[in-house]
Amino acid sequence: MELYTIIIFSENQPGLLSQISSIFTRRQMNIESLTVSASSIEGIHKFTVTTYATSNTIEKVVKQIEKRVDVVKAFSYTDDDIIYQEVALYKVATDAFLDDAEVEHLVRRYNAQLLEITRQYVVLQLTGHTDETQQFFEALKPFGVMQFVRSGRVAITKSSSEILSKFLQERMKQQG
Amino acid sequence: MSKELISGAEALMRSLIHEGVDTMFGYPGGAIMPVYDALHDHQDSVRHILVRHEQGATHAAQGYARVSGKTGVCLVTSGPAATNAITGIADAMIDSTPMVVIIGQVGAALLGTDAFQETDVMGITQPITKWSYQIRNAEDIPWAIAKAFYIAREGRPGPVVIDFAKNAQIAKFEYEYKKCNFIRSFIPVPDTDLQSIEDAAKLINNAKSPFALVGQGVILGHAEKELLAFLEKGNIPAGWTLLGGSAMPTDHPLNKGMLGMHGNLGPNIKTNECDVLIAIGMRFDDRVTSDLNTYAKQCKIIHFDIDPSEINKNVKVDVSVLGNARQTLALVTKHIKEADHSDWIATFNECEEKEMQLVIDSELNPKGKDITMGEAIRKISEATDNKAVLVTDVGQNQMMAARYFRFTQSRSMITSGGLGTMGFGLPAAIGAKIGAPERTVCMFSGDGGMQMTLQELGTIMQEKTGVKMIILNNNFLGMVRQWQELFFNERYSETNMINPDFILIAKAYGIKGRSVSSREELDEAIAEMLSDDEAYLLEIKVEKKGMVYPMVPTGASISDMIMGS
Repeated sequence: MELYTIIIFSENQPGLLSQISSIFTRRQMNIESLTVSASSIEGIHKFTVTTYATSNTIEKVVKQIEKRVDVVKAFSYTDDDIIYQEVALYKVATDAFLDDAEVEHLVRRYNAQLLEITRQYVVLQLTGHTDETQQFFEALKPFGVMQFVRSGRVAITKSSSEILSKFLQERMKQQG
Repeated sequence: MSKELISGAEALMRSLIHEGVDTMFGYPGGAIMPVYDALHDHQDSVRHILVRHEQGATHAAQGYARVSGKTGVCLVTSGPAATNAITGIADAMIDSTPMVVIIGQVGAALLGTDAFQETDVMGITQPITKWSYQIRNAEDIPWAIAKAFYIAREGRPGPVVIDFAKNAQIAKFEYEYKKCNFIRSFIPVPDTDLQSIEDAAKLINNAKSPFALVGQGVILGHAEKELLAFLEKGNIPAGWTLLGGSAMPTDHPLNKGMLGMHGNLGPNIKTNECDVLIAIGMRFDDRVTSDLNTYAKQCKIIHFDIDPSEINKNVKVDVSVLGNARQTLALVTKHIKEADHSDWIATFNECEEKEMQLVIDSELNPKGKDITMGEAIRKISEATDNKAVLVTDVGQNQMMAARYFRFTQSRSMITSGGLGTMGFGLPAAIGAKIGAPERTVCMFSGDGGMQMTLQELGTIMQEKTGVKMIILNNNFLGMVRQWQELFFNERYSETNMINPDFILIAKAYGIKGRSVSSREELDEAIAEMLSDDEAYLLEIKVEKKGMVYPMVPTGASISDMIMGS
């Protein structure tokens, strides 16, 4: 089993998410993370899903996703094929900063950003891979983390050609 | 150009007529009443068959689609009607049957409020349809209906659900229809890679003992002629899946019989002895392959299919040829050499003789006084000159009919293969007869399955549908009983049935019928049944503990068929 990132481009139709997630459910696969947003191409939505699977299963799942009528294209990648990132937010009591210089050291060392400071709490942001944002969380823990959230993964492929735009151009030509 | 202002319901009717719909199966109710009102004005061009239960509408539409190649159409209301239709929708999905099911829905303003007869049709149907769409605005009707028919029909066919909110049925809008012939995200027929054709041809040309597996893709792709040309040029013997039944005539010398759990011995044994296995429009269902670890390990495998997601799904193949079988078979036939595999083909004889001796002979020429299922089926098939459309229910009747009915033309085998839906037979036969009125339609059912959709006798009465219904009655849920005998120590838990007088029931619906229990009466009863084109119910009391053999037990290798107890 390996971690795969599946990137799915779809038409902007209701119910797509449930169609995609049911393909994972039927195969008893867990979705580790999920990010959905409009893509750079107008009218096309983008789903980024991470999941643990074998290459054999991933191949089948991607084909079953792509078979859905409103899915334009689906691709699977291993971590080597993509540049990926997550964002994590941490809420820490302001007192922790005042009481212990170590917190400030951690912020510097991890290159975290301060998003908001109130008398009660400070909100920090760190972008990175899961292990990095997790490490920062572990390091902050002794000083009290009131809230911690992490986003799903977003990813950009390393390939030099943009497969989806080409595909759509081809399709429009076929339509004539 | 000024466009006409019409209601959504009227727009639906006109859209259906644009798509060539002249027959539909349905049942009215609250949330679809505006459409039924509009239908009233189009009775001359659209025949609506009023079923007795929405499940019946879906199976009838399936039977109609399978026999005619057209898209079956259903019209039902919301809530319970929608959920009643689910079984047929799921059945059409797994058996690749083109169908458009239009389901009424509460008005858009009520959606999500648990309104009367509201159900989440999109949520329920998305996993079991090729496409589902909710129409909330009348303006969406023309393109949604055009898309629905395009998607249901093109490529690998399947069911499409239109969830039609009542406000959109009533609202008026400027109607204009345009047929759909392109959806950018949907590629119905994938491009065929010419290299794959050459690779396939090379494997076939080098084969000493090739064997072909014929699936429903051949029928759906209208590739029956291309199939025979391919098999004959390459001199390749073939077996067929349950749904591939009738794709080639039964008596064709290269037709070696049915594959799978209750298939013929030869096709199963030879799958594991051939050197090149050529799968055409089939999906390596577990009822065909049984244990995958011992399935076709000795050979190279070529898979022709229109659906890329079927390639390597269950069985890893050496060459995959994507595309419509009609085109891909024609292409590969050009690339193969004429061959003579008569020595290899002759090796099927041994299997055929063994099966004849151990199974078929006693089934067709029984020594006991009880009628067997196989003999009844074969007699009826022959009494129609093997020209009838066979419709089956599910269970022993289905397996026996698939084994012993004979086919002379394509689209003559209508059965619930993937889903295995008991109750499918009767309504599917109604749809089949309406789709092919000039043909004799023989429906075989057990006493169990017949009672699952028995209410459709009312549809037959009202529509005067000349279906020939044969109940093979053993007062048992026979297939389950067979498994109990073989695998559950003969503990017949809840499989014996006390049955009604089926002939009296038929009579109540004005349908002729007759019950026979002795061999002497059988021929005469069959002749009586087939003497006209009216509905007829023939109950045949068959041997109580008949068994379908041979059999691949669950989990066993297809090389290890049981030939009898």
